[in-house]
Amino acid sequence: MIGRSLLHLLLLLLLSPLLPGVIGKTKAFFGGRVGPPVLQPYYDLWKLFRKGFVFSDTTTWVFRAGPVVGLAVPVLAALLIPFGALAAPAPFTGDLILFIYLFGLARFFTAAAALDTGSSFEGMGAAREVTFSCLAEPTILLSFIVLARLSGELSLQGMLGPSLAQQWGRGGASLGLVLVCLFVVLLAENSRIPFDDPNTHLELTMVHEVMVLDHSGPALGMILYGAAMKMFVLGAVLVRLALPWETGFLLTDALLFVAGMLLLAVVIGVVESTMARLRLVRIPQVLIGTTMMAAFAVVLVLK
Amino acid sequence: MVIELFCAATVLLLLSGVPGLMTSRSCCTGERVSAVMVVAGSLLGVGAALASFGASPVIFTAPWSVPGGGVLLRIDPLAALFLLPVYLVGAFGTIYALGYWSQREQPATGGRMRLFYGLLVGAMTLVVTAAHGLLFLVAWEVMALSGFFLITTEEMKEEVRRAGYIYLAATHTGTLALFALFTLLGEGTGSFAFPAAGALALPHLATPIFLLALFGFGLKAGIMPLHIWLPGAHAAAPSHVSALLSGVMLKMGIYGIVRLTSFFADIPPWWGVTLLLLGIISGVIGVAFAIAQHDLKRLLAYHSVENIGIIAIGLGVALLGRSYGLPLLTALGLAGALLHVINHSLFKSLLFLGAGAVVHATGTREIDHLGGLLGSMPRTALLFLGGAVAISGLPPLNGFVSEWLIYLGIFNSLESGTLAVRLTALAAPALALIGALALACFVKVFGAVFLGTPRSAAVSGAHEAPLSMLLPMGGLLGACVFIGLWPAALYPALSGAVACWSGGADSVGPLLADSAPPGALSATGVILFGLLLGGIFFLKRRGRGAAGAATWGCGYARPVPRAQYTASSLAEMLLSLFRWGLLPREEGGKVQGVFPRKASFATHTPDAVLDRLLLPLCRGAARGCTWSRAVVQRGSTCFYLLYVALTLGVLLTLSTLLGG
Repeated sequence: MIGRSLLHLLLLLLLSPLLPGVIGKTKAFFGGRVGPPVLQPYYDLWKLFRKGFVFSDTTTWVFRAGPVVGLAVPVLAALLIPFGALAAPAPFTGDLILFIYLFGLARFFTAAAALDTGSSFEGMGAAREVTFSCLAEPTILLSFIVLARLSGELSLQGMLGPSLAQQWGRGGASLGLVLVCLFVVLLAENSRIPFDDPNTHLELTMVHEVMVLDHSGPALGMILYGAAMKMFVLGAVLVRLALPWETGFLLTDALLFVAGMLLLAVVIGVVESTMARLRLVRIPQVLIGTTMMAAFAVVLVLK
Repeated sequence: MVIELFCAATVLLLLSGVPGLMTSRSCCTGERVSAVMVVAGSLLGVGAALASFGASPVIFTAPWSVPGGGVLLRIDPLAALFLLPVYLVGAFGTIYALGYWSQREQPATGGRMRLFYGLLVGAMTLVVTAAHGLLFLVAWEVMALSGFFLITTEEMKEEVRRAGYIYLAATHTGTLALFALFTLLGEGTGSFAFPAAGALALPHLATPIFLLALFGFGLKAGIMPLHIWLPGAHAAAPSHVSALLSGVMLKMGIYGIVRLTSFFADIPPWWGVTLLLLGIISGVIGVAFAIAQHDLKRLLAYHSVENIGIIAIGLGVALLGRSYGLPLLTALGLAGALLHVINHSLFKSLLFLGAGAVVHATGTREIDHLGGLLGSMPRTALLFLGGAVAISGLPPLNGFVSEWLIYLGIFNSLESGTLAVRLTALAAPALALIGALALACFVKVFGAVFLGTPRSAAVSGAHEAPLSMLLPMGGLLGACVFIGLWPAALYPALSGAVACWSGGADSVGPLLADSAPPGALSATGVILFGLLLGGIFFLKRRGRGAAGAATWGCGYARPVPRAQYTASSLAEMLLSLFRWGLLPREEGGKVQGVFPRKASFATHTPDAVLDRLLLPLCRGAARGCTWSRAVVQRGSTCFYLLYVALTLGVLLTLSTLLGG
């Protein structure tokens, strides 16, 4: 178990900054630019962790707790999910609820840290983040109901385990809907276009980025690293769902998984390049629509 | 032994306020004696409750001269589980009152507050142990009336009197239903003594009895739409009283429903479905109303409605498990509901005590007037944060554990062969929505009250709460962390209570431990705590000597506290999603002209049931009565003689028709 945990953590810690790098490269390709190197997020992290801090005078320890929770939660959540065919190191019955609520904990502290600055912009970001998550969370739960019903298991490893390939045969329609819904949630939760633009210039229109405006140095590094890992962990669920095959060999399984993650990053990059950002008032409508789609998926398997 | 301990505890609690009545108003001997009596009584009581978990139920009988009456107490694991929060919150509240409502500061009301506080705590211990209908009703009435006198502690304020009268009307309406309920039950069983669990088969009376219980007990528990008395009463009462009312007294309603449903041998499926739906409505609408509130204590009160909803969802799942013979659903649903009863009593009391410390320090309950209190009240802020994380159901604290059990109950319904049971699964997204909304609400509360910069002068002069107020809060947070990190400690008690409720299946313990392994939660909690402490320690070390600067204001160099995002603006986006149900009132806010004058904007969300439905109805009825009185009471004698003659005529006709 320790060996598997180490492999899981190594994959997570080493590969997660690659995703934003690949997304950036894809977007640069579509924009006809060369773009920053794929490894740019690693350089950024390295730079940030060596820098000093600037703290706003209104902030307290709650402000510093935000990045810490944001970094700790994806690490813990990664131990509950399989990376491709590599089984989860620490599964237990009911871990799917823990998985969802851990990210809730991160959201609570990130939003609290934003409010600690006393800035109205960061307050706006916090309000948007908690509102959109209220709409995204029922979708995740409905998707997990579909997976639990098809597999008859109540742990993420069981739900996304070796039997997944057969389940595509039994409940392909539902799983397809779930795949789409989880992809939308992935975009919303990781503040990608069309929900949020990580590269926008105007604080008034940001969601996630505006919450972390006042962080600097290693704390900012922790936030960027935590965000990359969150995308990696949520993406791993999606990749497993889309590529349910197992080769039986550790190395090929790992390679298949990494290839899947890179493909996911390219897809996100394509979506970001070809879509415009939604108006803020439209975001709840899209998320509620996604919830309805997930509800259809549940109805298909409940009968 | 258990029963002696329990009786001694109850006597101590009931009489704890009496010595204070005999001492002078200016001296603080009375409050100390009463605190010692409550704490001693609670310790004895906790001992009795813990001792009765493993053993068979302890029964105590004594004669009572009231016709049909009898003193019959029974302490079984289910009663013991409800006793624990009564003692814990009761004792912590008394210690807290030493600093918060001291005799020195409140000479006029201190004595009577303590008298009724002791009566309320003592009466609640009798409510959960009474096994006889009449004794139960007497204890219930003592509890309800002491509650009224506690809510109206500050009776000189109009708002408080209003809240008190609404409470009194609501609680007596509920008691009326309970009278009918116990009469029917006595009719069915032949005596007022409670039947054994799972022994009652009353095919004809079951439906009216359940509906009466749902109304009578639901009114006390505050299930939406019967929550009308709750927000006003909790806001008006002193904070440690609000903690006791919200944390414990509401649970007496839940206890009533749990106890009553345990009597029946066959439970129709619609009971579970009804509770499940009511739970979802209470949860979602309750938390939506909470988000809309500006008053710190009213907000917490609406969160009680939400948490009662979560408990009702768990109970609904358990009842469905009983109806369809699925022990796993029963075990998980009821264990989750009962654990949430305990958890809610802990973190809600903690939050009310924290809110009391804030009100005590600043003199305002208005969230938008507070801010930046973490600087002046760091310990209160940390304790309140713990309560906020716990009530949002986040790991690694206790709120997560009980919600997790309920979730697992819901998810296990997927395995059933019946479609009706599988539909229960749709409660899971509702529960997720409730959780996410509660999180949003507590981000708003904690952020607006404790973070940022002070929004008014009252806040700048705030001081940290005294030790007598911090210690009880610390104790409550300690209990929250304990349950969060070591839920296995409560599993035996929970499985005992579940077995007691469902008529004694001994396999509940292994079933529960197998389908919801508590060890994994402990491990996650410990790792999480470790990672967080490590991370904060790292940032603290690295951040030493860091440069300070003003918050980035997008180029605006002189930010003022008023420019901060307020609690209302934080909630606005979520409220716009619930506008159809909340119907908030907005006043002002229109800025006119090229050089606009000073303008103001206010929003207010009246309660949907009380302010929009019941009060207009009552006003209409009162107007109708006034009108009819003016028509009938004309003041001239001949009319009255006419009425007498008419009445006699009607009576004569009736008697000949019926008698002949």
